[in-house]
Amino acid sequence: MDLSDTPAEAGFRCGLRSWLAKAMAELGPPPDPADWPARRAYDTAWQRQLYEAGYAGVHWPAEAGGRGAGPVEHLILLEETERAGAPYVGANFVGLLHAGPTIVAEGTPEQRRRYLPPILRGEEIWCQGFSEPDAGSDLAALRTRAVRDGDHYVVTGSKIWTSHAEVADWCELLVRTDPEAPRHQGISWLILPMDASGVTVRPLRTLAGTTEFAELFLDEVRVPVSNRVGAENDGWRVTMVTLSFERGTAFAAEVVACRRTLGRLARLAETEGAWTDAVLRRRFGLLAGQFDALWRLVQWNVSEAAAAAARTGGDAVPGAGASVFKLRFSEARQELYDLAAEVLGSGSLLLGAVGEEEDWTGQRLQGLSYTIAAGTSQIQRSIVAQRILGLPKPRSATRGS
Amino acid sequence: MDFRLTVEQRELQAAVRALLAGRFGPERLRAAVDDDGGGPDPVLWAELRRAGVFGLRGPDGADGSDGRAGSDGLGLGLAEAVLVFEELGRALVPGPLVATELAGALGLDGTAALVRLPAGRGPLLVEQLPRLDLLLVLDTGSGELRRVDPAEVAAGAEPVRAVDPLTPLWRVDAALPSGTLLDRADAALVWTEGTLLTAALQVGLADRAVRSAVVHAGRREQFGQPIGAFQAVQHLCADMLARLEPARVAVRAAAVVLDADGATPAARAAVAGAKLLADEAAVRGARDCLQVHGGMGFTWEADVQLLLKRSWVWQHSFADSEECAELLSRQLLL
Repeated sequence: MDLSDTPAEAGFRCGLRSWLAKAMAELGPPPDPADWPARRAYDTAWQRQLYEAGYAGVHWPAEAGGRGAGPVEHLILLEETERAGAPYVGANFVGLLHAGPTIVAEGTPEQRRRYLPPILRGEEIWCQGFSEPDAGSDLAALRTRAVRDGDHYVVTGSKIWTSHAEVADWCELLVRTDPEAPRHQGISWLILPMDASGVTVRPLRTLAGTTEFAELFLDEVRVPVSNRVGAENDGWRVTMVTLSFERGTAFAAEVVACRRTLGRLARLAETEGAWTDAVLRRRFGLLAGQFDALWRLVQWNVSEAAAAAARTGGDAVPGAGASVFKLRFSEARQELYDLAAEVLGSGSLLLGAVGEEEDWTGQRLQGLSYTIAAGTSQIQRSIVAQRILGLPKPRSATRGS
Repeated sequence: MDFRLTVEQRELQAAVRALLAGRFGPERLRAAVDDDGGGPDPVLWAELRRAGVFGLRGPDGADGSDGRAGSDGLGLGLAEAVLVFEELGRALVPGPLVATELAGALGLDGTAALVRLPAGRGPLLVEQLPRLDLLLVLDTGSGELRRVDPAEVAAGAEPVRAVDPLTPLWRVDAALPSGTLLDRADAALVWTEGTLLTAALQVGLADRAVRSAVVHAGRREQFGQPIGAFQAVQHLCADMLARLEPARVAVRAAAVVLDADGATPAARAAVAGAKLLADEAAVRGARDCLQVHGGMGFTWEADVQLLLKRSWVWQHSFADSEECAELLSRQLLL
């Protein structure tokens, strides 16, 4: 059990810190969250800066345009950028944390050459086309179909909860390529160009008033067969690779962010006079303990994944333990904003940022998605119970699959 | 950074687990309960002592260079000690394990309990008083650690009915004798280490609770299938594991930090967080384990009661939830 940096890790951290101090001083103010083109410009410009400084794709292989370092360096990057208060992935989220790693692990050499460098340079934005109106948590129920026509697939159907669709260039799209096959087979993972003919994006307004995601309508969209990642009808397995990244380290930096936010909230509670309430104060203590422990869990999972990668010579794919993290983190993060509402009292009925303060209530509303997005807490519990604890599958779920 | 256990640490863990499975398995546990909880089994404790459980951090006997009394320790760190205490917690070994180890690390030999003054809410209770070789008294006011003769304390104490059948308690109402000052001991550090080792016991207990619930849920059939196939039961078990895993890594990380940096504010906060989470994992885990066992779990025959009652004992050993949460919240404003 060693939590200290090796000399190489310490050197990486030190160089990154001094670069961040300089880059942060030159960074402009963040854009209005409602202005998607401005958000895209801001997020991609920051990604470009990271790329030029050699900090893009730290743990991606060199031939994919990355630095070829290990997952531990990636963790240091997440930790330090978050500590410095630097912008996080934002609109680059799907490309950097889902589609990119999936193409690194499962893509052809041509696909890696074509799609990975623009992600790292902040030139192209991706969105995720997994969920459908009737296939959210039950992802294998998806119905968007792709019919082979020569060297193209003709895709028809619709997707929902498609984050970043408004400004995306590409979509990681799950389609049914064999309607006769059992549910988990017959699915393929495609790269959809968002400017293709027959693609319509309709933004959805969330209860927080923002447009974080959209509906996507696909009407006989022609996608080249060469845009398929993995074998035809093997998309379910490829998807599991994608989701393990999502649940594994995609939220790691946000633990650090939550810990910083909790500190700001504690100082606000002190100035607002709420800190004298012992019950409230102890809830702060418990949450601090939980965020600290979740960060240790990330370090543990990364150590395990790094060792597995070193053993097999493959990539560090997080295991089912990621579900434990996702479950606890999404709940702790919601508790943080519920606590903010108690600190603010009737002030929690107001939306929008006040002066230097953040938009606590807007964040609280936004946070309602945490226990739903990227697999609901109920789905995560079933994964933990069946895949980690080995409890039997419910009968209704085994029937017909 | 490589947070995984080293080969030596895994071997230590496996050796202690095997030792305890042989010496304190389910039958011996039940026998101890039926034996009216007379206290730590002297034979078992002698075996644990021989195995080095109470001298984990004492200086290695091979060189014994510093000439401290009882210097037949293993010369290990807290990182190793928490792994051993996870196993002791999993086996539900009764007795004042933590204070005895702390005494060993201070070069004091024998079964020891530790009390802190002022005692906090509720009466001042001492575990196993007649069987103790020494009583450590930590005075918060003076920051001193004193060694007191338990026989002197026993005169002003009376046995009380205790909730855990394997943790008999004596209530002390008389003022404690002043005893002998242990001037080489850092009282705050001893308290922090004791809190951490108790958290490790709770992690082991919580692990046993989730395994026990899973085994029962896989075996017990209702409505024609194992109850573990029902989502409601699955989600109870999943939450038990989801509370346990962060607590386990928090305990191990706190041990590494405390070993490396000593009792810095950050290390003390790490220990407080670890105890807070471990208490929650153990107490709620034991409670959920009872729920999964249904009516059987509510009987004296089932072992679930032992898990629940011990988790309550350890919850009130060393820093409790209130103290840990306050320490962590103070840290947020620094």
